[in-house]
Amino acid sequence: MFDIDNWLEIYYTIKKNKLRTFLTGFSVAWGIFMLIVLLASGNGLKNGVMSNFGDRAVNSIQLHGGRTSQAYKGIPENRRIRLDQKDFDLIEHQIKESEDLSASVQTDTKVSYMLESSTATFDGVYPVLSKIKGIKIVGSKGRFINEIDMKQRRKVAVINKRLQEVLFKNTDPIGKMIVSNGLSFKVIGVYESQEWGNQQNAYIPFTTAQLLYNEGWGIGTINFTVKGIESLEQSELFEKQLRRKLAALHQFAPDDNRAVSIWNTLESYLQTMSIFNAITFFVLIIGIFTLIAGVVGISNIMLITVKERTKEFGIRKALGAKPWSILQLILMESVLITSLFGYVGLVLGILTSELANKIIESAMAAEEGEFYIFQNPSVDIGIAVGAMLALIVAGVLSGLFPAIKAVRISPIEAMRQE
Amino acid sequence: MIKLTDINKTYFNGSPLHVLKGIDLHIKKGEMVSIMGASGSGKSTLLNILGVLDTYDTGSYYLDNLLIKNLSETKAAELRNQKIGFIFQSFNLINFKNALENVALPLYYQGIKRKKRNEIALEYLDQMGLKDWAHHMPNELSGGQKQRIAIARALIAKPQVILADEPTGALDSKTSLEVIQILRDVNMTGMTMIIVTHEQGVADATDKIIRLRDGIIESIKEKKQEFQNHI
Repeated sequence: MFDIDNWLEIYYTIKKNKLRTFLTGFSVAWGIFMLIVLLASGNGLKNGVMSNFGDRAVNSIQLHGGRTSQAYKGIPENRRIRLDQKDFDLIEHQIKESEDLSASVQTDTKVSYMLESSTATFDGVYPVLSKIKGIKIVGSKGRFINEIDMKQRRKVAVINKRLQEVLFKNTDPIGKMIVSNGLSFKVIGVYESQEWGNQQNAYIPFTTAQLLYNEGWGIGTINFTVKGIESLEQSELFEKQLRRKLAALHQFAPDDNRAVSIWNTLESYLQTMSIFNAITFFVLIIGIFTLIAGVVGISNIMLITVKERTKEFGIRKALGAKPWSILQLILMESVLITSLFGYVGLVLGILTSELANKIIESAMAAEEGEFYIFQNPSVDIGIAVGAMLALIVAGVLSGLFPAIKAVRISPIEAMRQE
Repeated sequence: MIKLTDINKTYFNGSPLHVLKGIDLHIKKGEMVSIMGASGSGKSTLLNILGVLDTYDTGSYYLDNLLIKNLSETKAAELRNQKIGFIFQSFNLINFKNALENVALPLYYQGIKRKKRNEIALEYLDQMGLKDWAHHMPNELSGGQKQRIAIARALIAKPQVILADEPTGALDSKTSLEVIQILRDVNMTGMTMIIVTHEQGVADATDKIIRLRDGIIESIKEKKQEFQNHI
């Protein structure tokens, strides 16, 4: 099989049949190319959606107080439940799944800088919130609230990009003082807006906010991350247990969902994951069908090639070619052509997706923070090589069966064909 | 050289067709024989059996004292390669190979290296007066040239017998004469030769004319003349 003379024979056959070789090779290369590009596009879509969602800590839970919807233990319904330090302690010490924990107090206020003014929500939070929510500070100079700000109840603010645009236009806000209700806050950072629409927000230290807008040392919202919860069932169970504990603390019915609202991002994360899985499945289906289309194309070409060569095989047999030597010739030739052109298609496909990647990256660098649904289109090299092998095997098999048939035809009959 | 005893052959395509009905034939080494007959007389089938391209049902066929019966495809291919040279009406050259490669092809199947077999092929082409055409493709050659290439190809493996199926069927009369002359010359070197033809002129150039009719040998006519006169 590895006789150099056989390869020479194949080399001359290929050289003299350029069109046939090109058509076969092109169908293989095109099949692989399309497959790689489609798989890469699918992955790009997946990565794009992933990165836009992935900023937030995926497993966070947000609590805030509501009103009871049922009478319980002689207390009438429609009672307002307010979160406070006891809830915070409960979550910190009695909920073993909780990890990072932040409380916040929110207030809507008027805020101004020089002649510009606007309304904004001031959110007093813990430093760890940046980790929980995945807050991104814009630029290199700014920072988020730290422990010292907390301890000293500093009047500092991290404003969102929208608020910066309103108050500061294009000037650098870091170190400037903004005024809210007669109190000035020093701007220490600007963060990437996570809020939809035009909401203007600023984070200030929780301790400062509690002092200013304490409402009896209450807490507006509690944010915390949880670990070890990986399915919706676990999440629902966890929520139920958490609600029961809070119910015992605040004396409301354990099944009263409105007394304390629990907003769970794990749930939406898992839902998004199922969307990702749907995308993956979609990409897979496209891939499989592209592969099938490729296989059909290659099979056709192979079938025609062998049919076209029936006479040649007849002559070769009359001159003393053994059946196996003819089969060997066809097999080696088709393996050579399909793998060579398959490789070309593979490389071209990868180059194309890399080029697309470069273009997207430079576009993203130009417009920072823009939402890109399509990112890092790339394909697993293992899958690519696997797909290529599948096409090669398909090409060889689809050539093999008509070849076996052609070899079985008696030389006289084969030579009669034109 | 060739000994056929009571060869029978029936084709089963739809209704059974008894093509050869007991053929007894003896061809000696160095003889030049023609087989004639109307179409359907079984002459092509006989030639195919002689060429180990087809099988027969009953009887026996000895080629060079070797019983040709129930051979595997591989064994048959080996025999064709070593003992038989074919010449066809439609030349049957491989159209993407040049003259030299076509002539050398039987040696490829004997495992002779490319360089060596091309050398030998060039010698044979030279004998046919086609040395200058060695690197031309078949479609650049005339019918007579193609047939001479086919003859060179048939000879290159030094076979025991040459089987020619209507070798002049696709040629004009002048070229036919040339080809017959070449075959005659080859025969002079001691090569056994069997020619299937329906042209009397071709048959007349051979030592022995075998007429087939409806699957049996109708007559065998031997000629004792000097053939050069005929051509």
